[in-house]
Amino acid sequence: MSPRTATAIARGRRRRGLRRRGASALLLTGVVIVFAVSLMVGHTFYGPSEVLRVIGGDTVPGASFTVGELRLPRAMLAVLAGAAFGLGGVTFQTMLRNPLASPDVIGISSGASAAAVVALLVFEVDGPQVPLLAILAALATALVIYVLSFKDGLVGTRLILVGIGVAAMLDSVVAYVIVRAAVWDLQTAMRWLTGSLNAAGWEQVLPLALAGLVAAPVLLAQGRNLDLLQHGDDAAAALGVRVESTRFISIVTAVVLIAFATAAAGPIAFVAFLSGPIAARLVGPGGSLMVPAAMSGAVLVLTADLAGQFAFDARYPVGVITGVLGAPYLVYLLVRTQRAGGSL
Amino acid sequence: MTHAHTLDVRDVTLGYGDRVVVDALDLTVPPGRITVIVGANACGKSTLLRAMARLLTPRSGEVVLDGKDLHRQPTKQIARVLGLLPQSPVAPEGIAVADLVSRGRNPHQGLLSRWTAADDEAVATALRMTNTLDLADRPVDELSGGQRQRAWIALSLAQQTDILLLDEPTTFLDVSHQVDVLDLLTDLNRQRGMTIVMVLHDLNLAARYADHLIAVSAGRLHAAGDPHEVLTSEVVREVFGMDSRVIPDPVSGKPMVLPIGRHHTQPTSIPTNSLSREAVG
Repeated sequence: MSPRTATAIARGRRRRGLRRRGASALLLTGVVIVFAVSLMVGHTFYGPSEVLRVIGGDTVPGASFTVGELRLPRAMLAVLAGAAFGLGGVTFQTMLRNPLASPDVIGISSGASAAAVVALLVFEVDGPQVPLLAILAALATALVIYVLSFKDGLVGTRLILVGIGVAAMLDSVVAYVIVRAAVWDLQTAMRWLTGSLNAAGWEQVLPLALAGLVAAPVLLAQGRNLDLLQHGDDAAAALGVRVESTRFISIVTAVVLIAFATAAAGPIAFVAFLSGPIAARLVGPGGSLMVPAAMSGAVLVLTADLAGQFAFDARYPVGVITGVLGAPYLVYLLVRTQRAGGSL
Repeated sequence: MTHAHTLDVRDVTLGYGDRVVVDALDLTVPPGRITVIVGANACGKSTLLRAMARLLTPRSGEVVLDGKDLHRQPTKQIARVLGLLPQSPVAPEGIAVADLVSRGRNPHQGLLSRWTAADDEAVATALRMTNTLDLADRPVDELSGGQRQRAWIALSLAQQTDILLLDEPTTFLDVSHQVDVLDLLTDLNRQRGMTIVMVLHDLNLAARYADHLIAVSAGRLHAAGDPHEVLTSEVVREVFGMDSRVIPDPVSGKPMVLPIGRHHTQPTSIPTNSLSREAVG
C-alpha cells in the first residue's frame, strides 16, 4: 500500500471534518450571541457590563431582579429545553432513519402533556407531582408505541404511523379536558398545550439541568452506534453494534430527556422535529449530528422566545412561534414522502 | 491471513414467529474458498446467511465460528473475523465514499480510541482493492449501482475480516457489473485467501464462481459440493421445480443451466443425453 494514498484519504477526511467543526463552532457562537441578547433585551435594556456583574453576583439595582430572577432562568431554560428536545429528537430520527420519527410527531410529548393536563384539571393535582406524572406518561407512551409497532423487528415507518395515531388520540384527550376546564385553571394548563417559558424560574431549570447531566453523556456514548444503525439493522449488527440494546438505551434515555424538558417548558412545538434537519443542513453529512442538533435546538428556542415576546404587538408563547415554523416543514416532508413513494 | 477461520452450521433450525424457515440444517464452509448458496425464492437461503452472521438466533442447533458457538462470543469480536454485506444496506444522505468505508473500522475501535494512521491505511487499501479510490470524496448517492456496490464491499474490506458473507451482491446490477463484482470477490479470495460465502440468484454465475456450491430447498440442504456434481438437471428440477438442460459452459467449462419453459420444445440439433452426461462428469 503506498503511503501517499493513505495520506490523500486522511486529507479528505480532515477537510470534511474541518467543515463539520466549523459549522459546529458557528452554531455555538449563535447560542452564545442569542443567549446574551436575551439577557440584555426587554422592557429595560441592560448593557453587557451590567449583565456580567449580575451573573458575577453583584447587586445591581433593577438589573439584579430583572436579569437575575427573570431573564437568566428564562434564557437558561430556553437553552436547556431546546438542547434536550434537539438531542432527543435527533436520537429518534437517526435511530429510525426518518426525520418524521421525532418524539413530538409520534406522540411522546403528547403523552407527557395529556398526563399533566389530566392531573392538573381533572384530579387537581399540583406541584412537583405533575412533571413526575408527565415523565412516567411519556415513558408509558413510548412503550405502547414500541409494542404496537414491533413485529419481527422494528420498522421505522410502522412506528411513525402508530405514533401519529397515538399522538392524535392523546391530543384529543388534552383538547377535551381543556374545553371542560374552569377558566381560572386554564392559565396553568395552557403551558402544556403549546409550550411556554413564561413561568420560567430556577425550580424549572434545576431538574432539567440534572436530567441533562445524566442523559446527555449516555446518548453521546451511543452516538457511533446510532450512526451505524443508519445503514440498516443488519449492516450495523455486522459491524459489531448490539442493535437491540443500543435501541433500548437510546429510546429510554431520549424519552426521559424529552419528558423532563416537556415537564419544565411544555411540549414546545416541533423543536425536536426541526433541530436535527437544521443541524444536518449546517454541518453536512458524515458525522454525528447529536451535539449540533442540541445547539440548533437551543438557538431555535432562544430565538423563537425572543420573537414571541418582542416581535409582535401581542406576546406569544414560544411554542406558537416554533409551531408556525415547524408545520410547513412537516407538510413539506409529507409531500416529499408521497413523491418518493414512501421512502425518506 | 495467518490462519484460516472456520464456520460451521450444526443442526440449525431457524424461523420467524411460528414459521419454520430452515429445518435442522448442517453445513461446513470450506476455509479459503468461495461458497455460493442457491435455491428458489423463500427457500431460507437468506435466513440461513443471517444466522451464519449471528443476526438471527437459531431455535435449536448452533452456528460455530472457530469451534465456538457464535452466540457465546462478543459481537464486536466476531465483527473482526466475520463480515456481512446485507442485500440492501442504506447509506445516509450525502455521505462521502471514504466516510462510508471508514465505518468498517468500527469493530477495531474502542469507545474512546482515536482514529489512527492504521485506520487510514485500512480504508485506503479497501478503496484501492475495490477500484474506488477515485470516488473517495464523492457522495455515495451520486454513484452508479455498480460503483455503489463496490463502495459497500470496500466497507466490508476495511473491516479486515477473514470471512465475508454477502446476500445477493449482484441484485439490481446489469450483467457487466454483476461479473465485475464477482470478479472482484474472486480476486479477494485468490489474493488474500478470504473465505467468501454468498447467496446468488443466477445459477450460471453461481456455477462459474463457486468452488463449493450449496443448493437449499424448502429449508433443507439439498446438495453441496463441487458445481459439476451439484448442478445437474435432476437437482434443478428438485430445487427449482423446473425442467432444464445442463451443458458445459463453453467459456468456463462449468455447468450451465438452460431452462426449458412451456413454450420451448427440445431442439433436435444437440443430442441431449450426451451433453448432460458430460456435465455430470
